[in-house]
Amino acid sequence: MNLLTKALTKSLWVFHLSTGSCNNCDIEILDCLTPRYDVERFGIVLAGSIKHADVLLVTGIGTRKNAKRIQKLYQQMPKPGFVVAIGACSCSGGIFRDGYPMAGPISSLIPVDVWIPGCPPKPEAIIAGLVSLLGKLK
Amino acid sequence: MIFLLWLLVSLVVFFGLGIITGWLERKLTARLQWRVGPPWWQNLADFVKLLGKEVVVPETATSFFSLAPVIGLAAVTTAGAMILLAAFQPGSSVDLIVLIYILVLPSLSLILAGASSGNPLASVGVARELKLMLGYELPFILALLVPVVKAGTTNLGVLFRLQLAQGMTVGSISGLLAFGVALLTIQGKIGGVPFDVSEAETEIASGLLIEYSGLLLGIFKLTRWMLTAVAVFFLVFYFWAGLSRVPSAIGKYLLIVILLVLIKNTNPRLRIDQAMKFFWGWLTGISVTAILFAYLGW
Ligand code: SF4
Repeated sequence: MNLLTKALTKSLWVFHLSTGSCNNCDIEILDCLTPRYDVERFGIVLAGSIKHADVLLVTGIGTRKNAKRIQKLYQQMPKPGFVVAIGACSCSGGIFRDGYPMAGPISSLIPVDVWIPGCPPKPEAIIAGLVSLLGKLK
Repeated sequence: MIFLLWLLVSLVVFFGLGIITGWLERKLTARLQWRVGPPWWQNLADFVKLLGKEVVVPETATSFFSLAPVIGLAAVTTAGAMILLAAFQPGSSVDLIVLIYILVLPSLSLILAGASSGNPLASVGVARELKLMLGYELPFILALLVPVVKAGTTNLGVLFRLQLAQGMTVGSISGLLAFGVALLTIQGKIGGVPFDVSEAETEIASGLLIEYSGLLLGIFKLTRWMLTAVAVFFLVFYFWAGLSRVPSAIGKYLLIVILLVLIKNTNPRLRIDQAMKFFWGWLTGISVTAILFAYLGW
């Protein structure tokens, strides 16, 4: 593993994108930043702009209105960049899979590296997912 | 030639100091929020990672887009070299006024960056940063004038050394007031939290730096850490007799960093008009008072 990849595994900046989620997954993501879980220990912070990010965290089903935007954001992300789909919605459509705005699941719009299922996934599950992303990087 | 050498020294010293100071800021913030926080090499890892990322240049960007970060880094390195030169080479003729000019350049480079990236959110950031700059420069310069009034010279080396003979500047009322004002204006200069309207992550998505990625973003981040280190270093030497003893200088450096972090963590972000009122009202008033006191010899 070269130096740049090593640095990347130690410093993942995350851009959080919500595309038609019920907001519950988003709250669980914020849980990961609280004192109890504190993912900044591993260098993971939320980025304000997609241009700063290494990871695109997607929650929600990917609505018809958002489909184009998700793809645009993915293209704007500086490479190497990764996509993590959080929640049953973004993995498979979840309870909204038969809904009229469904354009996803996310993996049909952009390539997904890690799926974290759950409705919503616990913070522990999200951290486990990020660890498996790091494993993939190595 | 000799100044080139000092530039190199400054780059190395303030690179290290900047990385450590940037980490200290994050670690202390984390501890204040009852978190564990990142390990000490975190900012170095961030910087190295950014070196390896793709640089995305927007179609609307002008040619200043990639020039701006270099200007900022060069300015910070020069400022650092000037301070080191004044502190550690007796008889050097480094002038305070030139240093004030050079310390404006990092903010100007940020403005240039935002304006050249052609992003509407960045242009909001540019407008705010410009106003903020007008705001903090006035009290900053007035506060720096207090030791000048006392010593009657603008030679930085003399100002640093005079405190060894006459006691530190913060020991007097006027010096203490000026030091407080300088501390708060430096928080504005480095874009620390009550005055971070131009970056405001949650509001205008990193504002000025929204379009930056990869190496260019890395240089900006590095510039900010180095600027913090340079500014705090300057405060220690300029107001607090940093030359007297090395261990006490390190202690003073840490104390000022802790103060800055405390200010950052206990204040919400000010609106731009509130920030202007604060700078042009309170701080300017206090620094003018400090200058008057200095004339009276207090
Ligand atoms: S997976 Fe469940 S909790 Fe998450 S957005 Fe979908 S419905 Fe909400």
